[in-house]
Amino acid sequence: MFGYAIRRVLSALPVVLIAVTACFFILRLAPGGPFDGERALPPETLANLRAHYNLDLPLIQQYGIYVGRLLQGDFGPSMVYNDFTVAQMLWIGLPFTLMLGFTAFVVGTVAGLVAGSLSAVNQNKLPDYVLVMLVMVGLVVPNFLMASILQLVFGVYLDWFPAGGWKPGSLQHLVLPVIVLALPHAGRTARLMRGSMIEVLGTNYVRTARSKGLGTRLILARHAIKPALLPVVSYLGPGLSYLLTGSLVVEQVFALPGIGKYFISAALNRDYGLVLGTTILYMLIILAVNLLVDILYAWLDPKVRYD
Amino acid sequence: MKQVLSVEDMSVTFALHESEVHAVREMNFTLAEGETLAVVGESGSGKSQAFLAIMGLLAKNGTAGGRAMMGDINLIGMAPSQLDLYRGKDIAMIFQDPMTSLNPTLKVKTQLGEVLVKHRGFDKQAALKTAIEMLERVGIPEPVKRANAYPHELSGGMRQRVMIAMALLCQPKILIADEPTTALDVTVQAQMLDLFKTLTQDFGTSLVLITHDLGVVAGVADRMMVMYGGRAVEKGRVDDLFYDPRHPYTLGLLHSTPHIAKRAARLDPIQGLPPSLEHLPKGCSFNPRCAFAFDRCLEQRPPLTDAGDGRQKACFYEGPMAYGQVA
Repeated sequence: MFGYAIRRVLSALPVVLIAVTACFFILRLAPGGPFDGERALPPETLANLRAHYNLDLPLIQQYGIYVGRLLQGDFGPSMVYNDFTVAQMLWIGLPFTLMLGFTAFVVGTVAGLVAGSLSAVNQNKLPDYVLVMLVMVGLVVPNFLMASILQLVFGVYLDWFPAGGWKPGSLQHLVLPVIVLALPHAGRTARLMRGSMIEVLGTNYVRTARSKGLGTRLILARHAIKPALLPVVSYLGPGLSYLLTGSLVVEQVFALPGIGKYFISAALNRDYGLVLGTTILYMLIILAVNLLVDILYAWLDPKVRYD
Repeated sequence: MKQVLSVEDMSVTFALHESEVHAVREMNFTLAEGETLAVVGESGSGKSQAFLAIMGLLAKNGTAGGRAMMGDINLIGMAPSQLDLYRGKDIAMIFQDPMTSLNPTLKVKTQLGEVLVKHRGFDKQAALKTAIEMLERVGIPEPVKRANAYPHELSGGMRQRVMIAMALLCQPKILIADEPTTALDVTVQAQMLDLFKTLTQDFGTSLVLITHDLGVVAGVADRMMVMYGGRAVEKGRVDDLFYDPRHPYTLGLLHSTPHIAKRAARLDPIQGLPPSLEHLPKGCSFNPRCAFAFDRCLEQRPPLTDAGDGRQKACFYEGPMAYGQVA
């Protein structure tokens, strides 16, 4: 088990390098640069700026410099907000975005697992129908629309929660954004959990467990949940990446101080440093989560450990 | 002899979308203490469903009627939570496919130990100790190592031994084995049957052996019940039925079995297919495939009646049945 974890960590390293390389070059393929404004800069200024940020060097050399700095934990300077380094910019917005994303992730996963299991156990009965319908709603309504509806109903008409904005430490302000973000994730998780739980409940080994007189609760808790979680767990990695990218939209709608605003304007302004920094950080987080998922998988399914 | 199980007028019905299927009808039999009863029939004859019903393991659309008395307790129609007091303790079941009948995510010791914890109130330590003893008893080498293994680390024969150990942990009065050797190699089959014989004798457990393999029946069983189309068609001592079958279907089954001493160039199978339970023929269910059928067989269904010597058969034909006469 421990050896397996080590192997997985080591195999993630080349992935990081490949992803950094791909991001770096793809970004440079996009036309325009950080200093192409509406008003053209004087040629000397432009040349100085380009020299300052090493943009005058051959691309491959710039890549070398970037990776070299990255290895020392330096994301370089922001090219648009020139008083800030990329690390400082990230520090302003990213913690909030991550907090929002992970909260929604945990809430959505738990809600999805519970709803899916309840559906499966009551298959084709009333609770199942109700849950399946709720799940469909969560899945098909786009997040910006769901956000507006919730703002209107719970923020304006009922006035239970603030419709937007942020006050540090305020859970009230988090309720609606977290719900909007978590709903589609909960829906997908619930669908997967329902299907796999129904399948597991029909297996021979669950029949064996019933023949042993173990009782419903023990059968579910010990014999059914672990194998039923397998397909769900493998979805959690991609699931989290949806949440982190989805949070960019939700932050805009609810006027929350996350990284979303900067990320979008950085992409439009070709702020190479900031876009790369954000992308790489997201990638690292998603890789880490996938790693956790793999290790969780090995714990759930003993056959995986020996591959 | 003391009866441990007495089944009276049991039926199993499955509800389909617009109809229902009677998988088992009017089943009656008794099982004596320490006895081995073989239940024989083709696929779809209702032999497995009858015993799944007794264990309360029917599919959701299935219902069982009648009585299955274990002492004063009727197992049919009992609430699952009530059944759980007896399942795994007084009556246990072993299934056909050992590859899929054990939980792939739990260690062998967990799956064994939980039975003792549930029914005997053992703590984990004691349960583990007893489980390892039982593994040794069913002929598993290095039982401590195997107890800590996951099912996928064991061979098919080993897994079936684990299933047997699991079923016998509480020394049940009744053990139901549903085609326990079908999925195994022939060499392992023989070992498994020996194991059944020894263990059921040691524990005084009554064994119900559901099978379509008459070789298995001959080696292990005391009595047998032949099923066709959801009903018992012949019952009696194994020797009597083997040497002097009185129902054409029993005769047909015997002739369909390869025999090493006879070396016939061809086997003599029963012609045709088992009937669909949704559209059983009028009269005797076996009449389309029977060489001895006459007018009455097409009109009336023969009831199961005494045929002397403690045997019963459901057939109107009373004349001699010679080899080769089965269509």
